[in-house]
Amino acid sequence: MGALNPATRRRPSLVALAGLVALGGAVGATVRALLEHVLAPVPGSWPWTTFAINVVGSFALGALLETLVRSGPDSGWRRGVRLGCGTGVLGGFTTYSTFVVEAERLLTGGHAPLGVAYALVSVVVGIGAACAGIALAAARARRRRAGVRPEGAGA
Amino acid sequence: MSGALDWVLVAVAGGLGAASRFLVDTLVARHNRLSTPLGTIVVNVSACLLLGLVTGWGSSHPGGDGLAAVLGTGFLGGYSTFSTASVEAARLLLAGRGLAAVLHPAGMLVAGLLAALAGIALAS
Repeated sequence: MGALNPATRRRPSLVALAGLVALGGAVGATVRALLEHVLAPVPGSWPWTTFAINVVGSFALGALLETLVRSGPDSGWRRGVRLGCGTGVLGGFTTYSTFVVEAERLLTGGHAPLGVAYALVSVVVGIGAACAGIALAAARARRRRAGVRPEGAGA
Repeated sequence: MSGALDWVLVAVAGGLGAASRFLVDTLVARHNRLSTPLGTIVVNVSACLLLGLVTGWGSSHPGGDGLAAVLGTGFLGGYSTFSTASVEAARLLLAGRGLAAVLHPAGMLVAGLLAALAGIALAS
């Protein structure tokens, strides 16, 4: 990963960064495919597997990106972690296309109320999970900063 | 999804999909003059159209399960992303941009559903 070492003072090429995203994406997509294989969704019912994957991934990405933003500038190893773990692993782990086609199958397959509920609840709970991840990372960063000060100094 | 080769192909396709998302998002961000991110919308809506095509094709080609899994679960699953869409909406919400925080995910959902329907209709 010499291209990501700030000491080389060379900006990593777009191809090198895309390669990092691809490595993470392969891991995330494979874990998702394994989960969808073992816990295969039942046609005509709530797609719990995709729902759980997307909510967990939204929470984790919110927490990861907020932690990175609060730890320093988006360059060097931080950019590497953001692209490899965030854009790659978590981006490849979660899926929008499968989610939408599952909703469409329910909507047009005689389960319209369930399809509408699945689409709306997924989006709303996903945003809520991302907010929770961001809030958790922000609180942890604040606690860490407060912990640096001597005990009893300030509230 | 039976043999080890299928899983390797899903992994490779997932990696290629994620890299494609990164490149499309970078390209869109370079040309986007708005303060609202558009790259994820372009990626996810095009992924829905393509998965609609794969789903429509798969339903009329029962022997194509393996290819449909590699393209649908692997490439398009890796290309599209739910987590980034959630975080973008969450950031709009936390920045006090309530209207954008509603329109961004709602527009993506409606456009994605219409794109998936169009893809299925085209391939069926």
